[in-house]
Amino acid sequence: MKNAFPPIRVLVAKPGLDGHDRGAKVVAAALRDAGMEVIYTGLRQTPEMIVRTALDEDVDAIGLSIHSGAHMVLFRKVMALLREEGMQDVLLTGGGIIPDDDAKALAKEGVGRLFGPGAPLAELVEYIREEVEARRTASQKKES
Amino acid sequence: MTSSAAHLRDRVLAGDRRAVARAITVLERGGEDAVTLHAALHPHAGRALRLGVTGPPGAGKSTLVDRLARELHGDFPRIAVLAVDPSSPVTQGALLGDRIRMGALQELPGVFVRSMASRGVLGGLAPAALEVLDCLDAAGFDLLLVETVGVGQSELEVAFAADLTLLVSAPGAGDGIQALKAGLLEMADMVCVNKSDLGGAESVRNDLLAAFELSSNGPDGSPAIVLVSARTGEGVDELASLVTNLSGEQDFRIRFKERRGRAARRRIVSGLQLEAGREAGVILGNTPELVAAVVDGRMTPRDASHEVFRRILKGET
Repeated sequence: MKNAFPPIRVLVAKPGLDGHDRGAKVVAAALRDAGMEVIYTGLRQTPEMIVRTALDEDVDAIGLSIHSGAHMVLFRKVMALLREEGMQDVLLTGGGIIPDDDAKALAKEGVGRLFGPGAPLAELVEYIREEVEARRTASQKKES
Repeated sequence: MTSSAAHLRDRVLAGDRRAVARAITVLERGGEDAVTLHAALHPHAGRALRLGVTGPPGAGKSTLVDRLARELHGDFPRIAVLAVDPSSPVTQGALLGDRIRMGALQELPGVFVRSMASRGVLGGLAPAALEVLDCLDAAGFDLLLVETVGVGQSELEVAFAADLTLLVSAPGAGDGIQALKAGLLEMADMVCVNKSDLGGAESVRNDLLAAFELSSNGPDGSPAIVLVSARTGEGVDELASLVTNLSGEQDFRIRFKERRGRAARRRIVSGLQLEAGREAGVILGNTPELVAAVVDGRMTPRDASHEVFRRILKGET
């Protein structure tokens, strides 16, 4: 039986060295409860590991949780690796302690919305669902 | 087959990582695309050794898969791991966390790890697991490791999907009577008691040995029991050589012929059940009086099934 809209697959990862994984876990649980299939990889992932996982798992979206202040470097590196692999249609989003100006700069480079502390989980869930649906429709059109 | 499907098949057969990942998604989604793709890949499958790893939740299956696969990497240069975790029956969502324990393994060249949600199927695997294994096989992996969801006593599907089944147990999972119960233990080719660095592993082994002595196969026909610690790595080399020996180096295709026949029969029958079930649905939709007769007690459900089956054979809907 064909599923009209198959479950959204999301990779939730924590790059870098900070060990604050509570946020990532809360987000992973919220996405799961919204009916998504969440691949959770745990702490201290390098951008290379993240992109390789995203590739193997054929995910629709990647959510990075970053509290270390290294968000500019890490988002840019992951974005570059995704391009290298031809995976531009994967949504790259995330959250953590990220100043608005930085988020704006990253958005210009193709990174999706970034969610700070206190952002309602429902908003994040809705954002990922809408973005992925739009991207899936676009890639189907491209194929046919 | 459309040209894009043929293109995907060719890239999978060439072992292209991205194509394999995408093909698995297609197979998981089901429908016509999945049927076509599987039919194109199936003739190229059958070369890989399929090792099933199963056991109760928390026994340490993922950690052991990581260690064991690293140990086997010398004999099997290209390894694919398929790790199944449960989907929520309420929301259909799933948290797939097996990769957390497989960090070291993922660093090795030639290793591919994919998480799969069980998507409502009982039995320890996922709905498209068998098709996905065929796909990985066709892509040229030498060893396919399938890790089931944490299972109880009656989820045995993996034993039909694999050439060899490894049952992982750990201390604290119940007394000797648990080991005597029918089910998993009878299907396992190897049993390991994990967490041997903690206390109590020896006594689990003794319970298992006692259970095997009482079984009609006798102790000789029983699976080997290995004590391991996936955390420290102790005993994993012994387990790996057991896998290599049992797989008869590379002649496992001949060795497991009978077993693969059993698996094939099962797949044919379950496909038939699906198809017949669909047909039956159509027939019952067209003949509500048949359903009413069962509800009113004029007909037994069994007699109604016979009637539906008769109509399927005759091609009446």
